[in-house]
Amino acid sequence: MLDDFFLRALLAGVGLALTIGPLGCFIIWRRMAYFGDTISHSALLGVALSLLLQVNLTLSVFAVAALVSILLLFLQRRQALSADALLGILSHATLAIGLVMVAFMSWVRIDLIAFLFGDILAVSPSDIALVWGGGIVVLAAIAWLWRPLLAATVNPELAEAEGLRPERAKLCFMLLMAAVIAIAMKIVGILLITALLIIPAAAARRFAVTPEAMAVLASLIGAAAVVGGLFGSLRYDTPSGPSIVVAALALFIVSLLPFKRRGPALADQQERNVS
Amino acid sequence: MLSYAKNETEPLVSLSNVGVRRNGRWLVRGVDFSVSRGEIVTLIGPNGSGKSTSAKAAIGVVKPDEGEVRRIASLKVGYVPQKLAVDWTLPLSVRRLMTLTGPLPEAELMAALEATGIAHLAKAEVQHLSGGEFQRALLARAIARKPDLLVLDEPVQGVDFSGEIALYDLIKSIRNTSGCGILLISHDLHVVMAATDTVICLNGHVCCRGTPHSVTQSAEYVRLFGTRAAKSLAVYSHHHDHTHLPDGRVQHEDGSITDHCHADDGHHHGHDHDHDHDHDHGHHAHDRLADAKAEGERHA
Repeated sequence: MLDDFFLRALLAGVGLALTIGPLGCFIIWRRMAYFGDTISHSALLGVALSLLLQVNLTLSVFAVAALVSILLLFLQRRQALSADALLGILSHATLAIGLVMVAFMSWVRIDLIAFLFGDILAVSPSDIALVWGGGIVVLAAIAWLWRPLLAATVNPELAEAEGLRPERAKLCFMLLMAAVIAIAMKIVGILLITALLIIPAAAARRFAVTPEAMAVLASLIGAAAVVGGLFGSLRYDTPSGPSIVVAALALFIVSLLPFKRRGPALADQQERNVS
Repeated sequence: MLSYAKNETEPLVSLSNVGVRRNGRWLVRGVDFSVSRGEIVTLIGPNGSGKSTSAKAAIGVVKPDEGEVRRIASLKVGYVPQKLAVDWTLPLSVRRLMTLTGPLPEAELMAALEATGIAHLAKAEVQHLSGGEFQRALLARAIARKPDLLVLDEPVQGVDFSGEIALYDLIKSIRNTSGCGILLISHDLHVVMAATDTVICLNGHVCCRGTPHSVTQSAEYVRLFGTRAAKSLAVYSHHHDHTHLPDGRVQHEDGSITDHCHADDGHHHGHDHDHDHDHDHGHHAHDRLADAKAEGERHA
């Protein structure tokens, strides 16, 4: 029953989930969920440009995503519009421009659904190499940036005052996000990337006592969601990308169930309240 | 705009004629001050007077639009920001908070928590702390780094009154033992006065400066904080010519320790009634009359 394509899908999906876990944690800690959405929507513009200019798809998506994040950083500094209004504009503008461009190119026919929802069952061995190779680079970069990123998440001025260069860390983080979205687009699709970023991280929160534990847990929960979702899609003949997200959602709901109330911290607090 | 001084005897940080402009408005202008090793400098002033901005300019978080900030090479800063909110989704224990910006030996970590009186909270998540406990945790984090310059932006907000005095005592003792320079921002005029060497009174610019005593005597200070502050100055003298030690004894301004407060050993209760006679007698008396009148109306 484990056909070749299914094994490839598992390998690619698990590799992606492991990579995405720590990034997803920063996305929810920094309240950047909408940012992740915007960057992934901009991927469709990347797809259109790659078709128009005949360049590598992953590179083109990365370039557009990186440009949009830098544009966002720049516009936020101007403080003309609120951050979420800017995100809303960029998100839908890039998506719409991408769709319009594709429509103009009457000579190409693309499977829009595959880009929006991904086609994990069609991944090639080279895709798997990209996921794992890129994943290792991304995880190494996150480990290297961990302290400044975490300190800047708590308070950017504190991080800067104590010599950690939070602006540089933030820029690197944006580029890593762009890279992960370029890698992930083929597998889970533009519309589901944010779900895979946020849901495993949110599910990990309940069980984590330190930020580091939460990052590792988010990776593991994401990997479990990929495995569960893929087997579910095989069993019930459902689309694979959405099935993975549904599996992640199921794990999140499990994390909400009132067993094992949040670890020693809460017990400690209750103890103090009693005494 | 930024240059590094090499000389050890130089101030840790010095600002000369610093101005910060945002959205076409000067937040502060013409700010001059310096902090040396072993010195406690306190910035006071009303809301929006540029206290935090000046402190941020001193540590390089805010770039000045005019003037110059000089810092000694590789200055190690410990910073307690005025506002800090940790998102609920971030699992952060007090222990983990301590190593947020750099690694720390276990013994030093616990020593800092002991010093601020929250060692029992090491495992608690910061989101569960009360305001006062959280401020203590932030202070512990900043001092555990053993910084050259400690910058404390209202470090005792939300701390109860006796805890406040204890924390200011701790800040003074950190200065005495480590010899670091301390830049302090505070609203608690009468408490902070006892724990500082130099007071700089800001209101968009430096209004007045000097020792706590000379600043509170100055006309600029009275104009800025009103006659109320001049009155609270009396409270300040009352509180801070002696300190009640934990064992119940009393330490006086001159360092002597006695079992009780006596009128003849450096402290007398009658003092505050005529404290500011020399420059503010009229207002003072008027205020008291107004107070008495208001009090009468309240009772009526």
